[in-house]
Amino acid sequence: MDAKAILSVENLTKQYVKGVSAVDDISFSLKEGEVFGLLGPNGSGKTTTILMLLGLLEPTSGSVQVLGSDPFRKPLSVKRQVAYMPDDIGFYDSMSAYGNVDYTARFLGLDPDERKRRIEEAFALVRLTDRMNDKARTYSHGMKRRLGLAEVLVKQPKIAILDEPTQGLDPQSTQEFLQTIRNLKEEKGMTFLVSSHQLDEVQSICDRVGLFSKGKLIGYGTLPELSERYFGPDKLVEVQVDGSKDLGPVFSAMEGVLKVTRRDRSTWMLQCAADLRSKVSQAVFGNGENLVSLSLLSHSLGDIYQHAFEEVSHEEQGT
Amino acid sequence: MKSKEREGSALTGLKVVFVKELQEYAGSVRMVVLMVLILLTAGASLYVATQTLRSYVGEDSYMLLSLFTIAQNPIPSFMSFISFLVPLTGIALGFDAINSEYQNRTLGRLLSQPIYRDVLLFGKALGALVAMAVVLLALWLLVIGCAMFFLGVPPTGEQIARALMYYLITLLYGLLWYMIAMTMSIIFRQSAVSALVSIALWLFFMIFWPMISQVVAALAGGGSEYETAKLSVVLGRVSPYNLYLESSIAMLSPTTRSLGVVLFSQIQGAMMGSPLPFGQSVLLIWPQMTSFVASVILVFALAYVIFQRKEIRM
Repeated sequence: MDAKAILSVENLTKQYVKGVSAVDDISFSLKEGEVFGLLGPNGSGKTTTILMLLGLLEPTSGSVQVLGSDPFRKPLSVKRQVAYMPDDIGFYDSMSAYGNVDYTARFLGLDPDERKRRIEEAFALVRLTDRMNDKARTYSHGMKRRLGLAEVLVKQPKIAILDEPTQGLDPQSTQEFLQTIRNLKEEKGMTFLVSSHQLDEVQSICDRVGLFSKGKLIGYGTLPELSERYFGPDKLVEVQVDGSKDLGPVFSAMEGVLKVTRRDRSTWMLQCAADLRSKVSQAVFGNGENLVSLSLLSHSLGDIYQHAFEEVSHEEQGT
Repeated sequence: MKSKEREGSALTGLKVVFVKELQEYAGSVRMVVLMVLILLTAGASLYVATQTLRSYVGEDSYMLLSLFTIAQNPIPSFMSFISFLVPLTGIALGFDAINSEYQNRTLGRLLSQPIYRDVLLFGKALGALVAMAVVLLALWLLVIGCAMFFLGVPPTGEQIARALMYYLITLLYGLLWYMIAMTMSIIFRQSAVSALVSIALWLFFMIFWPMISQVVAALAGGGSEYETAKLSVVLGRVSPYNLYLESSIAMLSPTTRSLGVVLFSQIQGAMMGSPLPFGQSVLLIWPQMTSFVASVILVFALAYVIFQRKEIRM
């Protein structure tokens, strides 16, 4: 495991029924100040893993260390430093938003002034100050998510675990929520563990990701690392020209170009051994054509997940 | 070797949960409705009792206690009303104690705070106990106040002690039904189901169990009237309602000298109609009190074990 890891999981397994693993022998770690994404479809074991990280569920085997403590043996110390926003977050409807957050903040043992200061600061950060005395039942779904984030912030945690934080949010609220996470990471240096099945959103905020499928961690690393692992070191260059000349043979003849695919009359996709964009532009101009666009494409998290998932399926069928 | 000991106290955060639950119980609509109901019914029975007792002033040496037990058709006694409404209060407070946390989706965020789940059960039970204690105490003071105001006779120390003991018995009875309802709220995820099952249990013990116990006693008694009667009393005491009635009657009617089957030979020479001292009445109901306390602990332990094994997620 990583020497600087503030959270590490080794060979973690959870079986609710003997022989059937909800989480199956997974290992990963979190570095301080990073945003780590746990990705996978619903029911793939993400929330079970999170509950074990918080000591709310006992692992069948394996070990978890959060900030140097075993969360199942030292749950109070772990939960004092780790905040959790569940996927199906709810609040006491009869209490005000402030009352709800104040209730959980009281468990932290802060003095009243400090507690009030932190709560007001958190409400300001999630832009709910003007609604903080309203009953929680009057809050929309998106506001409840922001209220959940305010509760996380009041704790001033070393690690914040957000389970499906953007589920059910409209696109604008989603972007605002993700931006808040980016800001907190940059300004406060908070470490986030974000679980989601919405890959494009996670891609936009995560430094590293773990890919879950049927309780197994099928891939784990940064986006370029995963891309290289599943698609090899090849680069994808997309070139669009303004002209009618067939440049396919020209591109094919270039050193380092492995495969050429013509997408339409003026667009080609080149699979290259390295980033050949400068050579490609020279080839276009050399053939008397005008260059409209030239870009290096990376594989999306969706592509990677799809590829990893298919690979695992093939392996399972093979065995 | 890993230490299996828990970190810190299991009761960390108890005060926070207790205060929140007490506020919620005391201010809840269901509590207000029940209190209005209790006040109306208790007020009616108290009025009837004071009207009846006025003609006995000077003759009845236990006037305060009589206020609790005197009934006049069609209005039952204060004790009868209380025996009916206190379990309802317990059930009303407890039927959604835990499953509402699931339904409101608050359990996950609550248990991710630095507390053990034990504290949730303890805090809720303690909150309900104190809420019921305050309400019942107010009712008791009302009765004592009525006794002094309408009858003009101050209660004696023994009457106060007996009324206080009756208060404790009633509180235990209410707490037991709260515990039963809370256990149902852990077992069943839907609060409607837990409410229905709790009410069904209450009706079973109040209405059907006395019938069943008599039938079973008659079948198992082997033809002996004495054995049948003894068995019927023993089986009847399985019902909390019966335990409550027995101990309440022994406390509020000082002339009650036995709660079991008494043979004629056993009462020869006894001074019938003479009251028992307070201490002797307490001894008389001691098994019932012990059973009440044991039942509360047993039901709470059951709730505790089931809750500890429950999944946090819906």
